[in-house]
Amino acid sequence: MTPLINPVTLFFASIFTSNILLSNFLGMCSFISISKDWKSSFGLGMAVTVVMTITAAISWVVLFYVITPLGLEYLSFIVFIVVIAAVVQILEMVIDRASPALYLSLGIFLPLITVNCAILGAILFLQIRSYNFLQSVAFGAGSGLGWWLAIMLLAAIRERTEKSPVPAGLKGPGITMITIGFMAMAFIGFSGMIAVQ
Amino acid sequence: MNPIILGPLVVAGSAALLALVISLVDSVVNNYGEVTIDINHGKKLFKVNGGSALLGTLASQGLFVPSACGGRGSCGACKARVLSDVGPVLPTETPYLTPQELADNVRLSCQVKLKKDIAIELPEELFSVKKFKATVETIRDLTYDIKEMVFRLDDPESIAFESGQYVQIVVPAYGDIKEEVQRAYSMSSRPGDSGRVELLVRLVPGGIATTYVHKFLKEGDSMELVGPFGEFRVHDTPTTMVCVAGGSGMAPFKSMFYDMRERGTFPEKEIWYFFGARTTRDMFYLDELRQLEKEWPRFHFVPALSEPKPEENWTGDTGLITDVLDRYIKDRVGKDKGLEGYLCGSPGMINACIAVMTNNGIDQSNIYFDKFA
Repeated sequence: MTPLINPVTLFFASIFTSNILLSNFLGMCSFISISKDWKSSFGLGMAVTVVMTITAAISWVVLFYVITPLGLEYLSFIVFIVVIAAVVQILEMVIDRASPALYLSLGIFLPLITVNCAILGAILFLQIRSYNFLQSVAFGAGSGLGWWLAIMLLAAIRERTEKSPVPAGLKGPGITMITIGFMAMAFIGFSGMIAVQ
Repeated sequence: MNPIILGPLVVAGSAALLALVISLVDSVVNNYGEVTIDINHGKKLFKVNGGSALLGTLASQGLFVPSACGGRGSCGACKARVLSDVGPVLPTETPYLTPQELADNVRLSCQVKLKKDIAIELPEELFSVKKFKATVETIRDLTYDIKEMVFRLDDPESIAFESGQYVQIVVPAYGDIKEEVQRAYSMSSRPGDSGRVELLVRLVPGGIATTYVHKFLKEGDSMELVGPFGEFRVHDTPTTMVCVAGGSGMAPFKSMFYDMRERGTFPEKEIWYFFGARTTRDMFYLDELRQLEKEWPRFHFVPALSEPKPEENWTGDTGLITDVLDRYIKDRVGKDKGLEGYLCGSPGMINACIAVMTNNGIDQSNIYFDKFA
């Protein structure tokens, strides 16, 4: 454990070298289903980033001021899920009121995010790794941006594979899974450069 | 403290706290104040509280836009043309809108959230749509899978409609069905008998509304009806009507024929009515309609069975209804006044009949139908 890792380092590490999607394979379902379309990918990725940053901060407070002092670590899953659901709900209402344009590009994905395992995964990581508040926020924002980066990359590649002479049996999900495998291998090349564990 | 008590307390406490925060945010953020709904260029004006969907808000003002799914955006029925700016079309709406409708800014009223004053256009006939409290007066088996239901209207006590129109019945949540749904049924009663509504309901295996009506509803039960809706009606021309129905598609025609007979409307119209069924088990109202044919010279009734069994001693026409129709249009139906088609039944039957009619020279624009799945 390296609890003293610099938040800035952690932020960049969680975008590139330990990308939550490509090194931990979290949030795969929406990653595969939404990445068909560049615009939707952008909106969903941004929504994940926003929700992940906010939930990381709130969950840290809940974790270290409620759950840990009371010795209720076994309840963290259920409490975190409730926190995520509530944050998403509130965020949706606020965005709808504040900016219809933003709501249209980002807000409609918010309900999807409630069940995105990358969000819960990020919160559980910050618990396991005992990050402090700044580290948690940096890790949440970095992981979110990392998720956004991964889905944008995949969307860009898929726009190409759509028009490429892919063998019939591999069209759609097949070639997408292979692409994701290559992307993950490429990202593994970075692993170990910065130890975030 | 005992962890068995502490655990649930913490979970319930945090959930309650978050719920409180949500409802606080909801009351502040979702409060759009009073907005005005302008319908058909000032014909109707509603002042309402904003924040919810247009469909539900209109219903709370007693204006019922047809909707089969109850506002979940899954039926695409509640279309309304929006004249003011309400923001871009949502991805939840696009699958239900044609390019022409998108160009006209037609929207699904269940997906449009009221945030500011809005101007919309709705068919004028919706103004007469009401929600009726009704009581089931009689239920009668017409065939093994079609029931005739008669509702007595309690509040309001009478309905004004044209033969051919339909009502939606409001099916409450029951058994495994967790949400109220609405389903459309053509009225088979006459407009003259305005205190009652008669519907013909065929049991569709697995159908939410038909199962409810067939298995759960009893005489004396209360039910809510919303209506009347629909454009299917007798057109005011001297042209001969060629009507084709199957199964519960009988309903609008029964209403039309008895209404025309009773009031003597459209006196120049000759009427041919083709009713298709598989065996005598699927045939109903046979004696009533044959009686009507005897008493009313301009009405011709052609029941046909596609798969009669020898022991049924069927003396009427046999064959698929499309073949029977083709035969009659070619040989029997007088064409001097021209022909117009009226169809009610399954999409498959309607499409097949349209093909037969157009092949026999009836113009597509003179074929009217009420398609139900």
